[in-house]
Amino acid sequence: MSVPNPTAARKLRKPAAVVSVLGAFALLASACAGGADAGTQQSADATPVSGGNLNFAVSVDRGCIDPQQVGNNDAIAIARQTVASLTSQDPKSGEIVPWLAEKFETNTNATSFTFTLRSGATFADGTAIDAASVKTNFEAIKALGAKATLGSTYLSDVSAITVKDPQTVVVDFSKPNAQFLQATSTFTLGLLSPASATLSEADRCAGKFSGSGPFSVKSYTVDKEAVLERRAGYKWPAATNSNKGEAYLDTVTFKIIPEAGNRTGSLQSGQIDATAAISAADISLFNGNGFWNETRANPGVVYNLYANQSNPKLKETAVRQAISKAINREEITKTLLTEADQPAKGVLSHTTPYFKDYSELLKNDPDGAKKLLDDAGWKVGTDGVREKNGEKLSFKVTYWQSPKEVLELVQQQLKVIGVDLQLKFTTIADVTAAQADKTYDFSYGNLTRSDPDVLRTVFASTTARGGNNLREKLPVDDVLAEQAAALDKDARQKLVDEAQEILIKDAHSIPLYELSTTISASDKVKGLTFEASSRLDFYDAWLSK
Amino acid sequence: MIRYIGQRLLQGAFVLWAAYTVSFLILYLLPGDAVSIMASGDEQNAVDPALVEKLRAEYGLDRPLYEQYFIALFKALQLDFGLSIKNGVPATQTVAEVLPETIKLAVAGFALAVLLGSALAVVAAFSRNRWIRQAFSSLPPLGIAVPTFWIGLLLLQFFSFRLRLFPAIGNDGGQSLVLPALTLAIPTSAVIAQLLTRSLHQTLGEPYIEQIRAKGASEALINFGHALRNAAIPTLTMLGILVGNLLAGAVVSETVFSRAGIGRLTVTAVNSRDIPVVQTLVVLAAAIFVVTSLIVDLIYPLVDPRINTSRGAKA
Repeated sequence: MSVPNPTAARKLRKPAAVVSVLGAFALLASACAGGADAGTQQSADATPVSGGNLNFAVSVDRGCIDPQQVGNNDAIAIARQTVASLTSQDPKSGEIVPWLAEKFETNTNATSFTFTLRSGATFADGTAIDAASVKTNFEAIKALGAKATLGSTYLSDVSAITVKDPQTVVVDFSKPNAQFLQATSTFTLGLLSPASATLSEADRCAGKFSGSGPFSVKSYTVDKEAVLERRAGYKWPAATNSNKGEAYLDTVTFKIIPEAGNRTGSLQSGQIDATAAISAADISLFNGNGFWNETRANPGVVYNLYANQSNPKLKETAVRQAISKAINREEITKTLLTEADQPAKGVLSHTTPYFKDYSELLKNDPDGAKKLLDDAGWKVGTDGVREKNGEKLSFKVTYWQSPKEVLELVQQQLKVIGVDLQLKFTTIADVTAAQADKTYDFSYGNLTRSDPDVLRTVFASTTARGGNNLREKLPVDDVLAEQAAALDKDARQKLVDEAQEILIKDAHSIPLYELSTTISASDKVKGLTFEASSRLDFYDAWLSK
Repeated sequence: MIRYIGQRLLQGAFVLWAAYTVSFLILYLLPGDAVSIMASGDEQNAVDPALVEKLRAEYGLDRPLYEQYFIALFKALQLDFGLSIKNGVPATQTVAEVLPETIKLAVAGFALAVLLGSALAVVAAFSRNRWIRQAFSSLPPLGIAVPTFWIGLLLLQFFSFRLRLFPAIGNDGGQSLVLPALTLAIPTSAVIAQLLTRSLHQTLGEPYIEQIRAKGASEALINFGHALRNAAIPTLTMLGILVGNLLAGAVVSETVFSRAGIGRLTVTAVNSRDIPVVQTLVVLAAAIFVVTSLIVDLIYPLVDPRINTSRGAKA
């Protein structure tokens, strides 16, 4: 079942193979480096050679590289390489394919998942990767609670984990949970040796765990670097990788470089070989001239303005709709971002499975916006800001995401229709606080996840968090819940489409643009690619002499 | 003398307690707490609020302010500042691991600053050429005015990216210390140069200089033997402030050159509201100030016999 993804489909040489959930080995053939959007792509010509150290720059270090705990992108880049997951996801088709589990089955109401493990795979400390170790891992993640920032969400409704035989494990949920299969492909449900589960939080954060992936942590010095070394004897690749044996690179050194100018200069002068943290303004420096760029939109919910609907003004659908219409999304990507960046075409980015293009509903229409507000009784006041019954259409948004100019441009675009947007650009800490006490008018952000269930995570009023809109329960919540239980591809597609359409039409979602990740690297770096969640995969990477 | 030192140590203890308490209050009043920040990651991950509450309770962040304060203070008195919230490592260990790097940087930076600053001041004060005198006198205000950040980027661009003489990142070896230390030294040397130049001008105008000159002393002996020694005293007074400058400069220098150290640690710890780590750093910084000013006060009488510490008097 191919995902109706017009943009991605255009890039495929042949239509994505139709595969069942079981044994998706057909994808092996088409699973090569790719799924990227644009850029001066690396040439994938020569035969890979083994050896060498790749210096890769990341911008922040939060002091922890435990795959089951971390939730920030830089730590994920490091942690991803150290663990293998039960499944993998094809970056092009969104299909879930085998990795540590050679077979997986789901019951009809998506509450029970059975994984059959491949034999011969081991953890870095030599113990076998068996069904019991899977149970130990998932239980350890649940025990971590909020420290497992992503894993705890994926496993929240687990009711039982059963070891049927050494190779077979069954995970049961109390509610339908179609997203779980995709969750097993993510780094955060990647497997650590059972002994690692008993380590202290500090030791796990410091990288003293034994993983299951193609690289092991050699050393980690906070604020300086993390060095990963090739795991000898690794031969259980995901079906999505072209490499079938040990990793090509001897070591990967993740250097922590907080200053953007330093990252650019260090790449230009060869002090680092690659990074995914070049600022938008500098990216074009690496188009050619001995370098290459590769950009891929992060799957999941795109950058959105989330209206707090416990605010009576934003509870008014017309107000939200007008704001969405007043935004010129093309202008944002054209003037502030790179040529590879794309305006939002829906709530989901175009690299997300089950994506559908809703550009028609997201056209810039300032006149339509003005009319909506006129009809709703919002009249332009003396200061140019619309008002009704003494209330002004003035809203505040607290955010930290760069480039900060994006919302400055939106502020200008909204001014045209008489809506005043007050911006406060600050630290993550301040933003988290504003969100926790629910005092915001708009919050701003995205959520990376290569499964449409991310819509429910972000928008449903029925989740534990209550959704970013802070609204009362509406029919769309039922659609989102049904989508979470739908296993049939066509049925799920219909429900996801329906949910997206409501979210956009009623402007619960005011999408802006797709967050993307760009790898910038020297020409000697080959095979460094994105996995389906737009995280980096160093397993296929190698250095030409 | 011993009584004087005892007095000063008591004062020092008060300063440490005050620093601890004020920073505790500030961190408490700042919006956002470490646990929610950690749980939300880069993208406001959808962690169940109940789980976040549970974790906050584990760290005792749900207790009343006074209770949190007294528990923390009692432990801090035993040098236990708690575990870093981001990774569970003892805060003191987190700081101790990077402290040597910052000490290296600060010592190198300070030594360079003294050399540069003194050289500038000496040329500006003693040169017979009016042009050179004026040019060198105008350099210190420039050094103070230019942002350290910009100096760092400039050095980086020229010496690392262009000439490729020094590495742009890391803490490995003496090579990697040169540019960060220079970045740190430039603004500090400007302060030293400005103070010393003014003080030298003043000293050279004193009657005793004329007296020495009348006795037939050479210009070199006058300048370096007498004027410089006397002019150094007011500069010494500023040592405490200069150490503060170095710590503040370390934040910038360590960030620009990607060096691990307490400057960068401070930035990340404050941003993630990692109270144990911030508290450790605040107390450490306060202790450094207390010790430096104590040392300065003890050195005074050795340089300037007019000062008598036995009565606790200061010049």
